[in-house]
Amino acid sequence: MSTLKRVYMDHAAGKPVDSRVAEAMLPYMKTFYGNPSSLHQFGQEARKALEDARTKIAELVNAERKESIIFTSGATESNNMAIKGVANRNKDRGTRIITSSIEHMSVVNTCKFLTTKGFEAVFLPVDNYGFVKLESLEKELTDKTVLVSIVYANGEIGTIQPMKEISKIVHSKNAYLHVDATAACGQVPIDIKEEGIDLLTISSNGTYGPKGIGALYIKEGIRVEPLLHGGGQERGLRSGTENLPSIVGFGKAAEIAKNEMQPEGERLIRLRDRLIDGLLKPIPYSFLNGHPTRRLPDNVSVRYSFIEGESMLLSLDMMGVAASSGSACTAKTLEPSHVLLAIGLKHEEAHGSLMFTLGRQNTEEEVDYVVSLMPSIVKRLRAISPLTPKELNK
Amino acid sequence: MYTEKVMEHFKNPRNMGEIPDADGVGTVGNPVCGDLMTIYIKVKDNRLEDIKFKTFGCGSAIATSSMITELAKGKTLEEAMKITRANVADELGGLPPVKMHCSNLAADALHAAIEYYNKKRKAADEVKK
Ligand code: FES
Repeated sequence: MSTLKRVYMDHAAGKPVDSRVAEAMLPYMKTFYGNPSSLHQFGQEARKALEDARTKIAELVNAERKESIIFTSGATESNNMAIKGVANRNKDRGTRIITSSIEHMSVVNTCKFLTTKGFEAVFLPVDNYGFVKLESLEKELTDKTVLVSIVYANGEIGTIQPMKEISKIVHSKNAYLHVDATAACGQVPIDIKEEGIDLLTISSNGTYGPKGIGALYIKEGIRVEPLLHGGGQERGLRSGTENLPSIVGFGKAAEIAKNEMQPEGERLIRLRDRLIDGLLKPIPYSFLNGHPTRRLPDNVSVRYSFIEGESMLLSLDMMGVAASSGSACTAKTLEPSHVLLAIGLKHEEAHGSLMFTLGRQNTEEEVDYVVSLMPSIVKRLRAISPLTPKELNK
Repeated sequence: MYTEKVMEHFKNPRNMGEIPDADGVGTVGNPVCGDLMTIYIKVKDNRLEDIKFKTFGCGSAIATSSMITELAKGKTLEEAMKITRANVADELGGLPPVKMHCSNLAADALHAAIEYYNKKRKAADEVKK
């Protein structure tokens, strides 16, 4: 008997740390353990590593200077810091915050929280592909708007937003634009200057760096209130002794991502499209979520009518395949994914959703393996479901 | 997150399907997450001679449907009415807390099918009188 294959296609949930990254981190746990704030050599070695990493991250997103990159504990903190920090520090510019209906929960819940503190939050609708409706943005953008926060590309459906256009609209009213690039950074080129981004959330694990570390780019001149007060690290914006091993790893990951983005992106797009085709063509009543081409290279989001996502995940897991679903049955809250509902799916359609997010180690062979499993999984579950039309069960 | 027993029933559900000439049918929707379960029964001498299910739902919903049909088969109607969601969950070696409502669905569908049968029979008896 051959051992069961193990195929990991849930990279949006968590990525492995690149071995070159892990390698780069090790010396900063055992050899270079000084505190970057210390004057002595130990401290200065650490300081240099810290600033080198900052430079690499600035280069990944084409920031105008490295000092605009602030290290945080991850994308959730970066999103919190961007939204609360800008809102609280710039009340004189307005108290209205605009975001979209397909944001990560760390944006959604931060905006909701601010509505209990005297701010107003608007959640813009998206179209069926998941593109933010620009007319709605224009309409909702008032002189009182201080901040607009839009995801660069949502990790569940992969749709890449037209950032340049969004930025133009936002800046026509002098609001700031925060962009959550957690799912996109390292996968597609992001150019802060060219795209007109004021604040950018960058994830380390998203670029195959360690978890528990992230960054926020803040354009020079934008005032942000810190979340954490203390010793004044990170230009006073984020106190706490820097997590140097992780920061070094993050820097290395950013460097690798920048160098390898183009060939790896092209490879992933080939795998992605092969997987999408293979999941949809042989199976009736199957659909793609999101846009066919303007989507992240790693993202495959599909849905099958009449069946439920968790039971598909279990069936795949029994065959060694890891994926995810936006079904209510997989959520702690038993609510279907707000992102899938926002693109216009009905409750029962969101139920049948299945997401595969590809990564560096996935191969064509693995894609074909998943494709080979799906028809019988869907057929079996459809035979169990009372909703399946009779003719499909023949 | 699921016990082996749950996974076993999910993999090989017992009594899955429909009974075209069923004596009773119970369909319940899950108000919590929007799933659907139908149970078909065939009654002979006040006993559940046959029982089948169809379910649109998560792995635990499928496993609990399968388990309840196994528990109910051959029982008298009164005994079957006494099967609770706790019985189903216990027989499966427990369910994660967030999934307990799926076992509700199974018990409700079974009870609905029996009630449907009882009502039908009562109505038929009335006609005879
Ligand atoms: S049927 Fe939805 S959680 Fe079980």
